[in-house]
Amino acid sequence: MSKALLGWRELKPGGIIEEPGNSSKRLTGDWRTFKPVINQDKCTRCLRCWIVCPEPAISVVDKQYSWPNGRSWKFTVEVNYDYCKGCGMCVEECEPKAIDWVEEVK
Amino acid sequence: MERLEVRWHGRGGQGAVTAAVLVAEAAIIDGKYAQAYPEFGAERRGAPVVAYSRFSDSPILTRSPILNPDVVVVLDTSIDKSIYTNGLKEGGTIILNSSKDNSEILSTFSGVKAKIAKVNATKIALDTLGSAIVNTAMVGAFVKMFSVASLDSLNEAILETFSKKVAERNIEAVKRAYGEVEIVN
Amino acid sequence: MEELTKVEWVRLPLSTNYAVAYAAKDADIDIVSAYPITPQTTVVEKLSEFIANGELKAQMIHVESEHSALSAAIGASAMGARAFTATASQGLELMHEVLHIASGLRLPIVMSVAARALSAPISIWGDYTDLMNTRDTSWVVLIAGSAQEAYDSVLQAYKIAEDSRVLLPVMVGYDGFLMSHTYEPVSVLANSGAALRYIPKKVTWATLNPERPITVGAMANPDWYYEIKYQQVEAMKAAYEVVKEADAEYGRTFGRSYGIIEETDTDGSDLNVLTYGGIYGTLLESSEIIRKNGIKAGFARLRLFRPFPYEEVLKLAEKSSALVVLDRAITYGMPIAGPLAREVISVLYSHGINIPVYNFIVGIGQRSFTENDALKVVSASFEMLKRGQKIDESIYWGVRE
Repeated sequence: MSKALLGWRELKPGGIIEEPGNSSKRLTGDWRTFKPVINQDKCTRCLRCWIVCPEPAISVVDKQYSWPNGRSWKFTVEVNYDYCKGCGMCVEECEPKAIDWVEEVK
Repeated sequence: MERLEVRWHGRGGQGAVTAAVLVAEAAIIDGKYAQAYPEFGAERRGAPVVAYSRFSDSPILTRSPILNPDVVVVLDTSIDKSIYTNGLKEGGTIILNSSKDNSEILSTFSGVKAKIAKVNATKIALDTLGSAIVNTAMVGAFVKMFSVASLDSLNEAILETFSKKVAERNIEAVKRAYGEVEIVN
Repeated sequence: MEELTKVEWVRLPLSTNYAVAYAAKDADIDIVSAYPITPQTTVVEKLSEFIANGELKAQMIHVESEHSALSAAIGASAMGARAFTATASQGLELMHEVLHIASGLRLPIVMSVAARALSAPISIWGDYTDLMNTRDTSWVVLIAGSAQEAYDSVLQAYKIAEDSRVLLPVMVGYDGFLMSHTYEPVSVLANSGAALRYIPKKVTWATLNPERPITVGAMANPDWYYEIKYQQVEAMKAAYEVVKEADAEYGRTFGRSYGIIEETDTDGSDLNVLTYGGIYGTLLESSEIIRKNGIKAGFARLRLFRPFPYEEVLKLAEKSSALVVLDRAITYGMPIAGPLAREVISVLYSHGINIPVYNFIVGIGQRSFTENDALKVVSASFEMLKRGQKIDESIYWGVRE
């Protein structure tokens, strides 16, 4: 790490963390070797992936989407790649097999 | 008051520890210095129990067991005599819970150089409490023999320790034993 | 209001356990969580009485083990409650890992310990093996020598623990049975208000509050752990001063103070005896027979074991021809096996003081220690001193061959 870490005088006693939710500062997305890619044309919006994602890195996005057959959805289901660690649970659990497991190329 | 060291011998369930504590509490209420503590074993009803108490006009600092008591109070004479007379100071006092004749007691303790007093604490306890918990009767006898605490303070300590009804009966037991204790030799 | 905070005393016949319970009541604790264990049990029995009869407004948390007892106290303290617990022996061992958590989280919990031997073999009787095992837990450890001092020490313990320079839990130890169950005169405050003027209820530590969320008990990786533990080193240094201040202020407020080390006849003596806990009283009462045997012995008692009062020990050593250290615990596998003796020797060595230290192990599993034992221990030490003899192994006093 380039930034100087706090010394014992500056740290709060007992190792308490005063800033709530600061774990979001740690982007866990760079742990991946494979990544899930959701196929919006196959996704039935059942949200099983949203339930099983441990991070959680599945977002429900307020965005209109229409299937080629004309069926229309009010939202899409997307992966937040800042936090997705690439565990693959969503891929495993997806009933319509709408999530592809793609090798990460960096 | 010179320091007085007392050892209480009884069996589990007779209240030897409570007896030692009650008199010490009363002496402290009177503004004196006193100390009381049990020689704890794993408590079992019927097992021999020893408790200690010390009384003085000045602070008591020691926490060693009383090996050479001035007084032994025996709640149950079925305990071996050699146990409770062990280390008793020459000219010390033994206070017995006994219904025996003086002559019988004197022959039992013929070799022992001690002043002996007796009180029929079992009868007093049965009369007043309806059970053979003889500790408060023995306390009454002890306080008569050695005025380390006032009866008022003793009653106060008893009222603090027991529920009102039980306390009143115990106060009666103290009073009776106080009046009935007699010197054997 | 003035009436409620007036310093007035009531002299009561109390065991040390009861004296501790009175002090916890007068400190107006908010919660007590404990599991019964001999010889501690009557502390929390008395506290539950106080709660039941309305004299103390506090939550009594019944738990299934000592591990949970301290864990519950930690939770309550992290919410800003004034928390109290009590234990002994196996109970203290069972909560051992939680001891480190309480201090690591810097929570000002106060706990009384009726010091007792450890199994196996099973012993319910007193010695200091349990308490000495807490040496490295980063708790402040006070050891009282009388029921009165235990009462005073519990009040002082909250003063020390909650001081923002310290924020460490404090343990108040005393002899199991020989003190815990001994009734003696104790002066307690007539009203808690007076105690609260000395230890006002003010939350000086970070607490869990939904309005201002914080994280307590997070993991610290190798980049962070060391600094957080070093803070405890500094907190202990601060505690050394705060313990003295708290005692001095207690003296000014209530007219009783003890210092860090209590001494009798230690100036100009042939040798000085150093110990902790209730055995000191027996030593003092042995002074007459020791004097009659032609030895001028001084006596000293530490009432603080952690942080270790090295300054006071040094001062004592500087005026002593030899120190006789009586320990009621054994550090197995060390030739000098008394926990206090080992600390004393370490302090003397690092300051270049080279007087004989005669370490006697006594009172293990409540093996009796009388005035006559004190005389023999002092006489034996004096003989060694006259011969210029030192020892490289503790003397196991009274152990049967």
